[in-house]
Amino acid sequence: MKIRYTGQKAEKEVFQVFNETMRHLIEQDARVVYLDADLMGSLKTQELWRRYPGNVLNTGIQEANMIGVACGLYLNGFKPYVHSFSPFASRRVFDQVFLSVGYGRKSVRVIGSDAGIMATHNGGTHMCFEDIAMMRTVPGACVVDVSDPVMCGAFLKMTKERPGLTYIRMPRRDLPDIYPPETEFAEGRGILLREGADITLIGCGIMVATCLQAAELLAAEGIESRVIDIVTVKPLDEELLLDSAEKTGAVVSAENASVVGGLGSAVAECLSSVHPVPVLKVGIQDSFGRVGTEPFLRETYGLTPESVALRAREALELKETMKPKGYKG
Amino acid sequence: MILSDRVKLEQAALKIRLGIIRAISSNHGGHIGGSLDLADMLAVVYSDFMRVRPEQPLWDDRDFMIFSKGHAGPALYATLAWRGFFPHERLDHLNNPDSLLPGHCDRKIPGVDATTGSLGQGLSIACGVAEGARLAGRDQRVFCVTGDGESAEGQIWEATQFAAHYCLDNLIAFLDWNKMQIDGSNDEVMRLGDPVLKYQAFGWNACLVKGNDVMAIQRAVRRAVEEPNGKPSMIVLDTVKGEGARCVMEMANNHCIGFSDELCGKVMEELREQGRKLGMEVE
Repeated sequence: MKIRYTGQKAEKEVFQVFNETMRHLIEQDARVVYLDADLMGSLKTQELWRRYPGNVLNTGIQEANMIGVACGLYLNGFKPYVHSFSPFASRRVFDQVFLSVGYGRKSVRVIGSDAGIMATHNGGTHMCFEDIAMMRTVPGACVVDVSDPVMCGAFLKMTKERPGLTYIRMPRRDLPDIYPPETEFAEGRGILLREGADITLIGCGIMVATCLQAAELLAAEGIESRVIDIVTVKPLDEELLLDSAEKTGAVVSAENASVVGGLGSAVAECLSSVHPVPVLKVGIQDSFGRVGTEPFLRETYGLTPESVALRAREALELKETMKPKGYKG
Repeated sequence: MILSDRVKLEQAALKIRLGIIRAISSNHGGHIGGSLDLADMLAVVYSDFMRVRPEQPLWDDRDFMIFSKGHAGPALYATLAWRGFFPHERLDHLNNPDSLLPGHCDRKIPGVDATTGSLGQGLSIACGVAEGARLAGRDQRVFCVTGDGESAEGQIWEATQFAAHYCLDNLIAFLDWNKMQIDGSNDEVMRLGDPVLKYQAFGWNACLVKGNDVMAIQRAVRRAVEEPNGKPSMIVLDTVKGEGARCVMEMANNHCIGFSDELCGKVMEELREQGRKLGMEVE
């Protein structure tokens, strides 16, 4: 996989890619509809609303009804995309998403923006750490944590007709440049970003770039990291995980979400039954959100390259101590 | 528009009640009260207003029926069997482990347009279908059945506001106002107030009709269908839970009950008597 990570911000912000992609989808397919619950201003989509009144609906601040309306539109032949901030697109409407979308066998894409600490100054009431955990319990769901704007556009396009729930969590801006525009993504397929034999760093969303930075810190100490962008937390790329666990013998997961039920849990659930190795989790350690800038919140919750590197060293120690007696590997 | 006469509609309602009893007796229990009281409305809507094709249940241009009070599945299933969407024998599978007929409405059953059961969600789905018809420029009616206990759900009022805002005059909803819910009467559990005034205040057309008067229901639906005015319509059905079977109506709680052979016998006796009056053979 060709990547172009330099630590720079991406050329386009996520909200710009969202706008361009939705416009493209609506132009291509009259059955595409985008619903928002009075947060078009946040995603800067009012122009889409003005330009495509037959495809863009504002439901006002009623997220539960918005999910139901999306389901009804699907039943009458449409392909709905709905957006709200991640807490209101997941926690607030979980029953509607689970039953009306999932159990009721609809095809709906739910976009939760300002994922995790990226809610910054909106603070704890708007800071959703538990959406990954909730959404991956919906049978048949696809759960994506966007790490680069190119990935956002790709998943909006490729899930247009995907049955069931697709949940796309993303910040609105400030994502780094990782992937070239032609990158092909697939659900259930993680992307190997860096080879290394000592440890696997597996990240999603904003923590993918953090893992790449941590790999640089570790390389300076002579520790070689294999870095993976899991892309979809569900379905999980179990093959790549297993291969990585076999090759490196230790894993650190990194997510801008709660470690309770999130990516780290998914990784541990998978590996514990097929190839148990130490899995240490970087993420929100069972805490509520709070107000702050991204750098402050990264420090506060330990979402920094240094934290990932620290956990990597701990995982390497565990790898040694957990080896059975007589193990020569 | 040629509409059915009273006898034909009452015969249809009786057929639906017989189907409900068949389904509920097959599993010795179920949501009987709030199913029986919908039979008259369903007879009217499926005789005169629902443009559906039983042999092609997913026909794109069909009218929709969404049971927001998903626990009244037996009433919808009995109606669909009567209209020929599936054989009557399937009614014998209500809530059986084979899942051919889950008690709460399920979209996998031919003619069931939405999977419902978690209350408050169906009216939103109906709004989406109706809005879809508007966007696509299709002449489709969307019927939706809500409950009075269900009306305590906030989502009902979100959807009510949405339907008025989007001028969904192709949406015709019913409120089964039987005044009873699981833990007692609406007034004891959560007062509903005057639902007609509430819906009117939300910008809907709203009226009250006797829920067992097929001609009154027919007039109300006809008005909603023939005189679209940019507003959704709510037809509040003044019902008695268990309507059509006195021995069920007289129970203190008939929401979801066990159904003994003895009770079944009493109900069937009443339904046979109704059949005799309507000139219908009831087995």
